[in-house]
Order: sequence, then C-alpha cells, then structure tokens
Amino acid sequence: MSVELELERVATAPPALVGRRQRAVLLAGTVLLVVFAAVMLFPSLLTAGAPDVTDTARTFRSPSLTHPFGTDQLGRDVYTRVVHGARISLLTGIGAVIIGVGGGILLGLVSAAAGRVVDGVLMRFVDVLLAFPELLLALLVVAIIGRGSANVALAIGLAAVPHFARLVRGQAFAVIRSEYVEAARGLGVPPWRYLTRHVLPNVAGPLVVLASIGTGSAITAAAGLSILGLGPAAPSPEWGAMLADGQEYLGTAWWIAVFPGLAVVAVVLTLTLLGRNIQARAIR
Amino acid sequence: MTAAVLRHVGRRLAAGVLVLWGAATLTFVALHLVPGDQADAILGPSLTATPQLRAQVIADYGLDRPVVVQYLDYLGSLLTGDLGRSYQRDMPVERLLADQVLPTMQLAVSAALAGLAIAVIAVVVTAASGRVGRTAATVLELVVASVPNFWLGLVLLTLFSFRFPIFPSIGASGGLGLVLPTLTLALPLGATLAQVMRQELERADRAPFALSVRARGAGELRLVLAHTLRHAVTPAVTLSAWIVGSLIGGTVLVENIFARPGIGRLLVGAVMSKDIPVVTTVVLLSAVTFVLINTVVDLLYPVIDPRLRAERAR
Repeated sequence: MSVELELERVATAPPALVGRRQRAVLLAGTVLLVVFAAVMLFPSLLTAGAPDVTDTARTFRSPSLTHPFGTDQLGRDVYTRVVHGARISLLTGIGAVIIGVGGGILLGLVSAAAGRVVDGVLMRFVDVLLAFPELLLALLVVAIIGRGSANVALAIGLAAVPHFARLVRGQAFAVIRSEYVEAARGLGVPPWRYLTRHVLPNVAGPLVVLASIGTGSAITAAAGLSILGLGPAAPSPEWGAMLADGQEYLGTAWWIAVFPGLAVVAVVLTLTLLGRNIQARAIR
Repeated sequence: MTAAVLRHVGRRLAAGVLVLWGAATLTFVALHLVPGDQADAILGPSLTATPQLRAQVIADYGLDRPVVVQYLDYLGSLLTGDLGRSYQRDMPVERLLADQVLPTMQLAVSAALAGLAIAVIAVVVTAASGRVGRTAATVLELVVASVPNFWLGLVLLTLFSFRFPIFPSIGASGGLGLVLPTLTLALPLGATLAQVMRQELERADRAPFALSVRARGAGELRLVLAHTLRHAVTPAVTLSAWIVGSLIGGTVLVENIFARPGIGRLLVGAVMSKDIPVVTTVVLLSAVTFVLINTVVDLLYPVIDPRLRAERAR
C-alpha cells in the first residue's frame, strides 16, 4: 500500500502547490470530509429511504431522477444503500487505522525509549512484518480469526502496525535524546509521562499525515477484502459487498457496482489530498 | 570487486536470510494460533471423525511432539522444498501451487512492464507540452493513483467487455484475456510512478547539465530522451519494494475479479475454507519473493546509479 510511498514523499516533496491553490484544496477537502462525516453519522439527512427495502417491481432500473444511482437486482435503491453503507465502510477503515496507529505508537515509543537490545529486537520484528505485503498479512489474519467487519478492521490494522511503528520510532528516537527530554528525565519525570507529554506531541505531525492517507488505504483494503467475500454478511450495504454483488450484473446493470466504487474513490481522494496538503504545510 | 563491496553484499544477503527466517517463524506461529485444536482443523467440520481417525491424524502430522521439535521440523522441511500439506485437499501444497505460479507471474510481470511504459510515456509527452497539459496530467494521475484496482477492473470490464465487446470478459485465458487484468494493475501503478518521475525529471531539468545541453542547441525532446529521462527513471528502482508489494496484493484482487487462475485465487479459496497451511505457504512465498527482489535491487542500485558508487568509494 502507499504508506511506504508517502514516507518517501515526506522526505522529497517539493514546495509545490503553495499559496492560494493550496488553501483552496484544504478548504474543499475539509468541506468534503465534513460531508462524509455527516453521511456517516446521520445517513437519513441525505436519503429518506431505508437501505434494505426490496421492490420486485423495480429491479435493475437505470439511474433516473427518482433513483439517482439506479436500483439493484432486488429493486433496492443503490443511492440509499451507498449513503447507508458509509457508516460501516468508513468505520472499518477508521477502526483499522486506530489499531495501526495505536500499535505503532506503542511499539515505536518502546523501541525508541528502551535500550539497544530491545530496540534491535523490536525493529528486526518490524522488518520481518514489513516483508509481508500488507494485503496478504491481512488475509492471513482473517484466515485465523475469521471474516466479518470487526475482524477485517483488526486484520488491516495489524498489517499497518509495522509501518506506523517505524515512523514513530524514527521520529521519537531523536526527540528522546534531545536536551529538554534529558532535563525532564533528570527531574525524575517517569518514562510514561515524558513519553506522552513531550515525545508524542513531536511525533504527532507526520503521524497525522500518514494516518490520514492510511485511512484511505484502509478503506480501500477493507472494500477489497469484502469483494473477496470476507467482509460483513449479505444484506449489509457495505461498499465492497455492494461491488461484489454488482459484479454479476456488469453487462446489464453497471450502476450497481460502479457507484459504491465511486464512493470509495471520492473518500480516498479526499483523504489523500488532505494528507498531502497538511504535509506540504509542515515542510514549508 | 574489492573486499568492501563483498562485505557489503554479504551483509545484505545475511540480513535477507534473517528476515526470511523470521517470516518462516511467524507463519509457524500463525499455524498454531488458529483457535481450537490443530487436529480438528485438519479433520475439518465433518462430524464423522472417529477418535481413531483423530489419533491417526495426530500421529501422521506429529502433533504429539513438543512444539520445539515441530518448529525445527517445519524449518527443515521448508529448506528441502516440502511446503506442508493442504488440510482440505489432502495433497502437498507445492503440488497445488505448481500450476498456479505461471499465470500469476505472467500477470504481475506484464503489469509491471506496462505500468513503467505508461509512466515513461506520460512523463515524456507532458514534458514536451505546456503548463496546461502538465496540470491536466497531474490531476489525472492523482485521480488514477487513488482508484482502487478492483473498481478499475470492474469499470474496464463494463466498458471494454460488455459495452464495447473488444476484450473477453471473465474467465478468459490467452493473450487477449490478459489485457484488461494487466491494465487494471498497470494504470494506478503507472500513475503513481509518473507522479514521482515527473518530480525527478523537473529536478534534473533545473540542473546545470541540462542548461549546458540546451546551450549546445539540443531540442527539448532530445534533452529529455537522451539526458534527463534516465534521472527520472531511478525512483522506479527506489520504489521497487512498494511496486512488488502492491503487485502481489493487486494480483490477489484482480485474479478473483477476472476469475483468472493463479496463486491469488488459490489463496482466497484457502482463506475461505480455513486451509491454513496453504495460506501460510502462499503468504510466506510472497515474503520470499518480496525480500529476494528487494535484495537484488538493493545490490544492483550502485550499478544502475553511478553517483552512488562514487559516494561509497569516498
């Protein structure tokens, strides 16, 4: 996934997109993010219908004014399902990133604060985890703990831990050896306290960038696992499951699969733009 | 070939071996992490399993031995090419894999080459065009790079298989059947590469040597093709780890969407049926491929980029 690539970019990004254009992107991204959050929390704001209402008289209707995204094989309104699917799809991605960031902070801080031996062992462990492509590591976890949304989030989160751990460890390493942390230690401040009060805030910047872009990747990965049949069970309006459903009817009713996918694209694009925008500001 | 170079190569290879040993250990742990008894996992959900059959399985798989012995045995058999036995199909995993490797390799290699070609063409064409063209390309690349490959696959199928029946739809074999799956993987890959390559090309374009080439009266196209492009291609080498990782993950999704034979489909089938030895083996093999390619690329890096050789000599 592109987390590694983004790390590369953090180091090499040119000061492009500065000034007015950058502010416009930030504004547009924030507005979109608020819209997505609203859809996730209050889907009924955007649609009056329910996602599971079938209507056998209205199957496979192409997009129209009454059904902007058309209807599916059971006559359900695809637009209503996409709106109601936002919650489960976004929460799976967000949950995965929380697990990834949490695990990464824990592993990274311990590694940076502990002695050479612990640091060496932990980082070699991270190296080993990084040798597995993320999607395959997630598949391995799902094979062990089983399918379903919560398990998918856990699997993707665990697969992301080494990436976040490496970032946190790298950033924290220098901070821990700085003079003010040295001073805090000299004053007898316990490790958990100076780590959370002084070191963590200094790691937060790059972590937010990576978490923002990582959320997009996690949502994509979750939808991917759903398409493979490992996500939530059948009637759920989860975007990946809808895509898998629509796959059978591509020749006759493309809209069943295309619109849920478009929702994934919109979210990922917003998060990527926002992440890069914050990153460009930080570098300046 | 000095002693320093040899030492560097040796250290890099040793690091690779160490990571692979860790990966094998991790997959062994995964085999034992499955909830419930391993013998039950092998016997599957069948209720006809008699105590005798259970005892037989435990004896056959050596499950009554200490874990350490089982671990050493596992490592030993991996080294001799014995990759374990499938729980579901009761045959050696390597036999299951044998027919699936080639289709996956075909897809991955053709996608890597196509992605690189797309990136190079996009960068060269836009380098010659003006600011408007470049901005349009930048936006397009950003969008394409963000598109999940599974969705791109479905859109390509809708357009070029159903609406305009140029390419066969799912389940097709042969050259024509390879086009859409390849494009599905290659387009986002190419877009991402193009983003990084353009950045590098523009950096090279501002370098003093570019000015001197221009002063000699060379045209812009010649400057790009003969001089700056090679600078732009180096990030493709730096990103090889990311490329390999995303291709391995990508083939899993694309094979399942296009119903192509391959390792990815085998893997998902195994995840569904909880055939853990098949899952761990495929995941381990992907790590081996990943580490192998990255080690080779790492070692070749100074050969590709002479500037690094100079740095190391200093």
